[in-house]
Amino acid sequence: MHRLYNTYRFLILRRLTQIGLLLLYMAGNYWGWTVLMGNLSASSVLGVIPLSDPYAVLQMFAAGAMLSSNILIGAAIITLFYLLIGGRAFCSWVCPVNMITDAANALRRTFEFDKIQKKQPASRHIRYWIIGLSLIISAAFGVAAFEFISPVAMVHRGIIFGIGFGWAAMLVIFLFDLFVLKNGWCGHICPIGGVYSLVGRFSFVRVHHNEAHCTLCMKCKVVCPESQVLHMIGKKSMPVLSGECTNCGRCVEVCDDEALEFSIRKFLEAPASQPLEEKI
Amino acid sequence: MSKMSISRRDFLKSSAAASAAAAIGMAVPSDLEAKSNAAQSDWRWDKAACRFCGTGCGIMLATKGGKIVAVKGDPAAPVNRGLNCIKGYFNAKIMYGADRLTTPLLRMDEKGNFDKKGKFRPVSWQRAFDEMETHIKKALKASGPEGVAVFASGQYTVMEGYAAQKMMKGGFRSNAIDPNARHCMASAVVGFYQTFGIDEPSGCYDDIELTDTIVSWGSNMAEMHPILWSRVTDRKLSDPERVKVINMSTYRHRTSDLADTEIIFSPNTDLALWNYIAHEIVYNHPDAIDWDFVKKHIVFAASPVNMGYGMRREGEKSLKDGKYSAKEMEIMAKEMKKVVSAKEAPALAPYGYKEGDVMVNNPAGLAHWEISFEEYKKFLKPYTLDYVAEISKGNPDEDIKEFKKKLKELADLYIEKGRKVVSFWTMGMNQHTRGTWVNTLAYNVHFLLNKQALPGSGAFSLTGQPSACGTAREVGTFCHRLPADMMVKNPAHRKIVEHSWKIPEGTLNPVGNQHIMKIHRDIEDGVVKFAWVNVCNPYQDTASASHWIKAAREMDNFIVTSDGYPGISAKVSDLILPSAMIYEKWGAYGNAERRTQHWRQQVLPVGDAMSDTWQWVELSKRFTVKDVWGEQPLRGGKKLPDVIAKAKAMGYNENTTMYEILFANDRARSYKLDPEDPIQAGFDNSECLGDSRNVVGSDGKVFKGYGFFIHKYLFEEYADFGRGHGHDLADFDTYHKVRGLKWPVVDGKETQWRFNVKYDPYAAREKTGTTHAFYGKLAKALMQGDLNGVKDKTKKSLKNKAKIFARPYMDPPEMPDKEYPLWLSTGRVLEHWHSGTMTMRVPELYRAVPEALCYMHPQDAKEKGLKQGGLCWVESRRGKVKARVETRGRNRPSRGLVFVPWFDEKVFINKVCLDATCPQSKQTDFKKCAVKIYKA
Amino acid sequence: MSNRLPEKERQMRKQPVSDRRAFLLNAARAVGLAAMGGLVWSAYVDEVKASELLLRPPGALNEEAFLRTCIKCGMCVEACPYDTLMLAKPGDQKPLGTPYFIPRDIPCYMCTDIPCVPVCPTGALDVESVSSDDKLDINSADMGLAVIDHESCIAFWGIQCDACYRACPLLDVAITVEYEKNARTGKHAFLKPVVHADACTGCGLCEHACVTEKAAIFVLPREVAMGRAGTHYIRGWDQNDEQRLEGASSRTTTTEISKKSAVDSLNDTGDLY
Repeated sequence: MHRLYNTYRFLILRRLTQIGLLLLYMAGNYWGWTVLMGNLSASSVLGVIPLSDPYAVLQMFAAGAMLSSNILIGAAIITLFYLLIGGRAFCSWVCPVNMITDAANALRRTFEFDKIQKKQPASRHIRYWIIGLSLIISAAFGVAAFEFISPVAMVHRGIIFGIGFGWAAMLVIFLFDLFVLKNGWCGHICPIGGVYSLVGRFSFVRVHHNEAHCTLCMKCKVVCPESQVLHMIGKKSMPVLSGECTNCGRCVEVCDDEALEFSIRKFLEAPASQPLEEKI
Repeated sequence: MSKMSISRRDFLKSSAAASAAAAIGMAVPSDLEAKSNAAQSDWRWDKAACRFCGTGCGIMLATKGGKIVAVKGDPAAPVNRGLNCIKGYFNAKIMYGADRLTTPLLRMDEKGNFDKKGKFRPVSWQRAFDEMETHIKKALKASGPEGVAVFASGQYTVMEGYAAQKMMKGGFRSNAIDPNARHCMASAVVGFYQTFGIDEPSGCYDDIELTDTIVSWGSNMAEMHPILWSRVTDRKLSDPERVKVINMSTYRHRTSDLADTEIIFSPNTDLALWNYIAHEIVYNHPDAIDWDFVKKHIVFAASPVNMGYGMRREGEKSLKDGKYSAKEMEIMAKEMKKVVSAKEAPALAPYGYKEGDVMVNNPAGLAHWEISFEEYKKFLKPYTLDYVAEISKGNPDEDIKEFKKKLKELADLYIEKGRKVVSFWTMGMNQHTRGTWVNTLAYNVHFLLNKQALPGSGAFSLTGQPSACGTAREVGTFCHRLPADMMVKNPAHRKIVEHSWKIPEGTLNPVGNQHIMKIHRDIEDGVVKFAWVNVCNPYQDTASASHWIKAAREMDNFIVTSDGYPGISAKVSDLILPSAMIYEKWGAYGNAERRTQHWRQQVLPVGDAMSDTWQWVELSKRFTVKDVWGEQPLRGGKKLPDVIAKAKAMGYNENTTMYEILFANDRARSYKLDPEDPIQAGFDNSECLGDSRNVVGSDGKVFKGYGFFIHKYLFEEYADFGRGHGHDLADFDTYHKVRGLKWPVVDGKETQWRFNVKYDPYAAREKTGTTHAFYGKLAKALMQGDLNGVKDKTKKSLKNKAKIFARPYMDPPEMPDKEYPLWLSTGRVLEHWHSGTMTMRVPELYRAVPEALCYMHPQDAKEKGLKQGGLCWVESRRGKVKARVETRGRNRPSRGLVFVPWFDEKVFINKVCLDATCPQSKQTDFKKCAVKIYKA
Repeated sequence: MSNRLPEKERQMRKQPVSDRRAFLLNAARAVGLAAMGGLVWSAYVDEVKASELLLRPPGALNEEAFLRTCIKCGMCVEACPYDTLMLAKPGDQKPLGTPYFIPRDIPCYMCTDIPCVPVCPTGALDVESVSSDDKLDINSADMGLAVIDHESCIAFWGIQCDACYRACPLLDVAITVEYEKNARTGKHAFLKPVVHADACTGCGLCEHACVTEKAAIFVLPREVAMGRAGTHYIRGWDQNDEQRLEGASSRTTTTEISKKSAVDSLNDTGDLY
């Protein structure tokens, strides 16, 4: 039992956070609770603290919208939070799509699809291209372009305000991740993840690898949705410094040898000293 | 098919032309095409009357596949000429709500026995009548005929109302049958009786096109009589300078839209306003009085003022039993005595009262006596412009000078020589604790100026219900009435009826006092043990509703409701009978201008529903001579005589059923069913022929029909009472050929203006040698006296005369005070009919107005912390309801008054209203009580 | 731009070519893919933007600015006490995630405290546009404009309806009743509803109340519902009409006949002689 808890403690915590936040949002809509109102695009905590999605605000800026102070403060709070503390934790601790893609990934492992499709045919850099493209289209058409097609927003809004055909978006992402591309959506395409990857490189909370304890079982790399960030496994004791790490903690949980754990980054190992991108 | 505007020959011609044209690709002239389309259709058009208000619009119904599929305004109908209002527009949808009642339902326990606390379960018609028989017999045993009551209706067809009253009065010998029209028209009726000696208006709708002035008193014609309102509008448009429209109301409503002048007065002060106009005439414009007319046709009269407010009196059982709270008793104590207020003191001064005096109230009945003109003039003295303006200004934000100016203008319009004036009123003047008074005050002004019963001039009471006149009043489904203005307490009248009905002399009960409020109160007092609801919704439409619901549900009694839909009354009942709705039966209605209109059964009823006529006739089969015609006890030790011996002498025996005597007698059987008769051919007649549904009837066998034309029989027998007595109706068949006729129909001609020798053959017959003859016969000999009472008991005849009454302003029993600071007025909306059982089931109407709102002034709302659209409690001494605040809608009350419509069973405003009535007419005042409003 | 492009490694392994050539090829491919994706994406965005027939909450900026500014958080929807507002779902064929309402289902009940507007974090719902004298004033809202189909409106048939008029929160201001004699019957009048564009807020209570099968009075966005007379003519009988002159200026006009310069046209005799 204890072992089971050990293996899943972060997963359970993450799911509780994800579902808890969803419930608070739903309570805001259905019962008028004021704890958390709005959705992941913009929210208000207790009707006082504004929060907003920095990527959406960026697109609105590109589109030429007059940005209210409310929305700028909200974006600043979120950016600072992930910049200083959370890293890319949005993706694994908040975003509801994570539950869908994790499920697809788990099925992939169960059915051993990875053994058939050994190489993934796409680059994890697509997301950065999409960020660029979205800003160009936003500027050209005067609307926040990705917000019109964002399956993340669709799913989240859908759960809070009514889903419509949004379930189709959920299904497409699930099937895409299951059959087409491993970690396809979250690990390759989603520009929101891209933005948080860029922001997250600086945060204090890091997974630390202790090479001395490592038995090279590679369980960590198997479960990691962004396995490229674990390039140091069995090679070198160091923190996972890539911004693409979502701080999901799965690697820490599955490691039987205490070779991986959360830690606070040391200031000396500044991100600038690391190469920006890792090989896939 | 008889109504098709195309003959068979034309049809052949036009359809041949159309097919020939189509064959060679030629365009058919469009009118010919329209005709041939109609001829080849698979629907049938037939005429009928609109189900809703007293306007009495004619409609045409399209029937297809055994269902009504469409309605159109009947272009040939004189009232509406093809138009309708939005309720009329939906006549085709009212019978087809998803929750129509289709089978009898009885409250039962698990074993299938009747259980007052049980759940409703379907039962057969036979079982339903078994239960009714049992409980009626039980009630007769416990309380005599007064223990069996019927909530009757102004929406009965003429035949239903007649059948019900015949069985009640002739069979059960009970006068406890009273219609919802009591809530609607009773004050107008007593006003007519006291003033004219006969019921129903002297004028007709044609006055609208002929008049110069339309004054609407307590009547939101724009919403309640939309088709008449469009005629008023047309009249205004045709001469905008000359024609004036004045709206007199206690709050602003849509009738003000067209009005040149809007006068918002404080509730109940219409009494003062009428007397002010009379004061202006008598004191300031005596030259305007047509003395020639007044001397020949008018007498002046007075009646007691200390008559109470029609509430329960000390010593009544439920009061002794403590069923009324201390809060309720605060107001009900005024029934016994009251303190004269500063507001009413000047008006009561001629009667010797001053402010602070205790007025001891006594039931006064309808007594009145003749007084001199000087006495009348003395009575009018207090109604100066200053006094009347002061007490009657209804909008606290209006400048008193401005208000006085308007009152003066109003009086001037009435007085102006050569100006024709029509005064219309509806519930504002009828639902009034001095309703009879204020009705008579209206005629005063018209009489003084000789502006009554003339084309384009007259005071005219607008009816609320489609047959309040035709059925409730003319058939006499009131506790005190018999057909054609005859009264149960008049031995001669009883004899006429007994003779016509071929029942023994002495059968009819001379005590007729169980009006609708009395029936409710008698149920609460445990006297009435059996009550049957017909075509109405008394448990939603009666004030102080919680009392009556509690009495019905918690006491030992048996309540039956016949209805098309499950309304509040059905919910409160023990047995529910599914009734055929309007176009599922043959019927006739009589509208406000005395127009009688008939229609045929268009379709078969839904489910096992059967008409109320059938239900009454089936019930009559269960009672024999020995069951009901033996000696019967009445309250107060009185008794009805045993008439069984006389019955035997008439050829009946102990076991002859009421069915055989009252409904299936020789005369009835003489009205034959004839498939060749153009009136009957091609139309269903569920009561007479049975129908293809093969409904299993009251005897457990398939009902195959009575075998004679019962509707025709009931109508003709009823009509005979009025023929030759100023109430002449045409014969049954005639009505199926015309678009209604205004009675009296003499020599095939209808009558537009009664009492006018030029237009009314009955008036001409009196040979008065003058312009008028007020030939009504009731209360036409009076004792002499002054304002305070009779001085000379010798009765003087006033043949062919009408009366002007001295009747003062008085406060209503409940007025706003510190704790309950606002007036509450209730009423209707255009979109919904009465308690909404039909219109709330029409999706379009439901969506248009889904709930009743509490209309109030924005300032009042703000002071009470209420938001537009937010919920508030409306609370009186009797109860409270929750409603949404509306500060900007169709009704715009001034500060100090709120208005809540009563159609919405979820905003049950009658739990809040006070059941005070006009002590003479017994009509409840739904327009005035005191409430407090606070946030919900 | 990064020198690491999709599928570079694979390319390199398959056929050894010069780094420079591979780089150029990959760059071109990436740009091509991006352009293609961008085209589809743009087309979609342009399409949803073009959706004109929807009604926005009170205080909404003009549609273009609204789409730019609305962050689709749904806080206005949450604030609405009548469940009037909805966020566009996939399948609604409306700009995704943006708030709108369908008055036939649930109209805007015009709350006097306008709860939906102040909660907007981005100003897409502009408090100022629904205020007068610095106080919230729902009567100044402009969600759309009610339009009457005279063919199916039964008041124009002579039926005494006017359900819209009585439902109007600005009764007698935004909708009035126009009287007209009904010549066919000779004794009745039409009571026809008339919408006044300057006062109508587009709340849709009229459309909701309309008793015809499909509403004969319905709200359209003002831009769609209204035409526009030019500023070159001012109604002489209406003093206020001059206001339209603000910002007006003279413009050179061109028609088919005047598009050539005067000289060119004079020199072009064509088949004149």
